Amino acid sequence: MRENKNHAPETLERSLDSTLESVDSAEELALSVAQRAGFDEDDLMKIGMAVRESMVNAVVHGNRYSANKKVRLLVTHSSERFTIRIADEGDGFDAANIPDPLAPENLMRTSGRGIFLIRSFMDEFEMRHREPRGTEVTLVKYVVSK
Amino acid sequence: MSVKLNTRQVGDVSVVDVAGRITLGEGSSALRDMLRDMTSKGSKKILLNLGEVSYIDSSGIGELVSGFTTVTNGGGQLKLLGLNKRVKDLLQITKLYTVFDVHEDEASAVRSFA
Repeated sequence: MRENKNHAPETLERSLDSTLESVDSAEELALSVAQRAGFDEDDLMKIGMAVRESMVNAVVHGNRYSANKKVRLLVTHSSERFTIRIADEGDGFDAANIPDPLAPENLMRTSGRGIFLIRSFMDEFEMRHREPRGTEVTLVKYVVSK
Repeated sequence: MSVKLNTRQVGDVSVVDVAGRITLGEGSSALRDMLRDMTSKGSKKILLNLGEVSYIDSSGIGELVSGFTTVTNGGGQLKLLGLNKRVKDLLQITKLYTVFDVHEDEASAVRSFA
């Protein structure tokens, strides 16, 4: 693992298969950059979880495990922001129609908490439709100078 | 590492010791299958010991909810033991902490079953 003792800016980009193994890989890759960026254990847990949930959405719901579709992962670290972009090649979905997992009628649902957790753990979360197809999410964690 | 499950009896309570990662895929499905199997065989008092769970994602939380519903609908009780900070925080954020009966030590957890 490359040393980055001065928390220097860094960029990492990968094209991943639509598999659960890629979910693990993306989490490890993002956390490796986040560790070098100087995040503490609590923030590392949050970043790892947000990346995992985003990758699961891309692999499972976006690309539906298709061997013909890739997930693009981009991790960038600057002096102020730690940014992760994850893009799939699926049909897209309407984020406005995601049920609120905290609503009493949804509390005992067995799924539907992923995006809620991402928003809870990251400082910024944005989702957009890509042309000609696919969904791209952008996750940002602010870098706090110590 | 995936999830490892070990079952044992403490009186009439079935304790499931869960270790490892409860995540989408092998981990979450193993827990689901275990709880369904136990319920179908008549287990009414199930205590999930999560003390050695290192990681849980939203799919893992979904399996806890699913297990709770399965056991409860079958007339049984499912309780949780030994949550670490990560799991506890996740259940609190998702407002599930008060849904489950959560215990810190096994003896009191076993006694709490009706």
